[in-house]
Amino acid sequence: MKIIVLVKQVPDMEKVRFDREKGRIDRSSAGTEINPFDLNALETALQIGEKTNAHITALSMGPPQAEDALRESIARGAHEGILLTDARFGGSDVKATSSILAAAIKKIGEYDLIIAGIQTVDGDTGQVGPETAGHLGIPHISNAEKIVNCSKKSIEVVSSVWESLYLKRSTYPLLITVTKDVNVPRLPSFKNKMTARKAEIIKWSYEDLKNLLNEEKIGAKGSPTKVKRIEVPPVWKREGILYKDSDEKAISDILSLLKDSRIIKEAIE
Amino acid sequence: MTEKGYSGILIFAEQKNNKIHKAAYELLGKGKSLAERLKCSLNAVILGTDEINTEELIYRGADIVYHIADREIFNKPLEVIYEENIVKLINDIKPEICLFGATTFGRSLAPRVAAALETGLTADCTDLKIDDDMKLLQIRPAFSENILAHIKSDTLPQIATVRYKEFEEAKRDVKRTGKIIRVEPVNSGSNTIEILEELQNENINIADSQVIVAAGASIKTADDLNMIKELAQLLGGEVGASRALVETGIISKEHQVGYSGSRVKPKIYIACGISGAPQHLAGMKEADIIIAINNDPSAPIFNFADYSIVGDIYKIIPNMIYAIKNGK
Repeated sequence: MKIIVLVKQVPDMEKVRFDREKGRIDRSSAGTEINPFDLNALETALQIGEKTNAHITALSMGPPQAEDALRESIARGAHEGILLTDARFGGSDVKATSSILAAAIKKIGEYDLIIAGIQTVDGDTGQVGPETAGHLGIPHISNAEKIVNCSKKSIEVVSSVWESLYLKRSTYPLLITVTKDVNVPRLPSFKNKMTARKAEIIKWSYEDLKNLLNEEKIGAKGSPTKVKRIEVPPVWKREGILYKDSDEKAISDILSLLKDSRIIKEAIE
Repeated sequence: MTEKGYSGILIFAEQKNNKIHKAAYELLGKGKSLAERLKCSLNAVILGTDEINTEELIYRGADIVYHIADREIFNKPLEVIYEENIVKLINDIKPEICLFGATTFGRSLAPRVAAALETGLTADCTDLKIDDDMKLLQIRPAFSENILAHIKSDTLPQIATVRYKEFEEAKRDVKRTGKIIRVEPVNSGSNTIEILEELQNENINIADSQVIVAAGASIKTADDLNMIKELAQLLGGEVGASRALVETGIISKEHQVGYSGSRVKPKIYIACGISGAPQHLAGMKEADIIIAINNDPSAPIFNFADYSIVGDIYKIIPNMIYAIKNGK
């Protein structure tokens, strides 16, 4: 069994500073990390791998330094890391990104299951996983909250969709996206850290994928959606009434408010 | 009409158990102003049984409703089957704009449709406009809501998912007329996913509640939560929770408000012992009136509240319940 985990290196959103004047994040202000949801995706792969003896490949697209994210994925238990890195990939939108990932997955060739995090914390679209499945022409199950059963032939997951939870089963090939609730990611082990330090990260550029990918459809130029303008919304704030050591006044004001807005009637019988 | 023969707006009307999701009415509300500007038709597609009241979409502003009718297959959230039917319709009618609600299902389905059509997709828009060149301007927050990106697509149709509860629902006019076109479903058999069962969940949808009383991690036990529940019940509302409280296991995830929970827009939001992390604020800042109670005068939530009460929730909430019950 072969599993591919989609991993993205993102800025540490808790620490990153935002340059309001330039309308962009100051990437030098914080370190990078693996997108937190992708750690859940990797952990899902590791747990399935323990049951099915699967080979796990971490796949990422990004600048050369995103190699660190793949090394960390190996330290956490992945068997190999592939980085798609090329200046021509820069500025890719959802469609271009998912086309590049799909081309790389086709180049990998044999796979059963692809696992992605539900969204990234920087781009925040949550669309790359399902769109990659679309480009590959394979089904997907989104928002997996629990893996109920898995074997080398099929998998059963609880999917949070349609304002409910559905138990879904599918054979492979399949892509799933996972939420934070699916598991608690393990930390890198000492032994795997040693392996990761020595591991060779495979790097593919456009040249390696050109038989599977149209150059017109990648990077900023090949992305159909274009950011025309960035607007920095005004800092959102309300000038409210402050009550301190005046619980009674607060309660009576709120009672009036509830009555005026017809949330409660004059008195509750 | 565009140079490539694409015209009109198509909205996806999601349904479950033959009930139309309210996101469809919001899309029709916004879609109407876009259609007026473009001088084009506003149409809807709905997939499901004959028991769906498809006329309702006309009352809410649709000119044509494409009803892809089947007794069974659309009663399950199976993206592949929805995808192939919607893609076929789009290829037939060539709308210049397609809008999906950014519900869990919409966000799972729209990317597949965009991939199949080889067109661009903008996720989770909070506003839509028609620009001077008659293209769709898609506005969405990014980087933890620090910026709003204004995005345009080069390809057709222009597809976007639109955040639920962002726009007003279209007004209902039972005198409105329109056309309902029945469309035969297709099923290529490429779906490999079986739905084994819909698991029982609490079926709470706090997003639709007019009043939310939300609690944070200062609630330590299930017992403490009772006063929050009682207050919510007295006000005809639902209980909300911060992520921290959900993580204690005292309350289920369906109640979580915020970035990774539900986004809510009630008339009144009462935040009890919630400090106001940006992730929580992202989910409730659109409430009409925000009341915050916290014993820490420096809690960030007070910068965002209409009524900021510095005090102990364990005193204030029981007193508030007493006052409501007694009408004073």
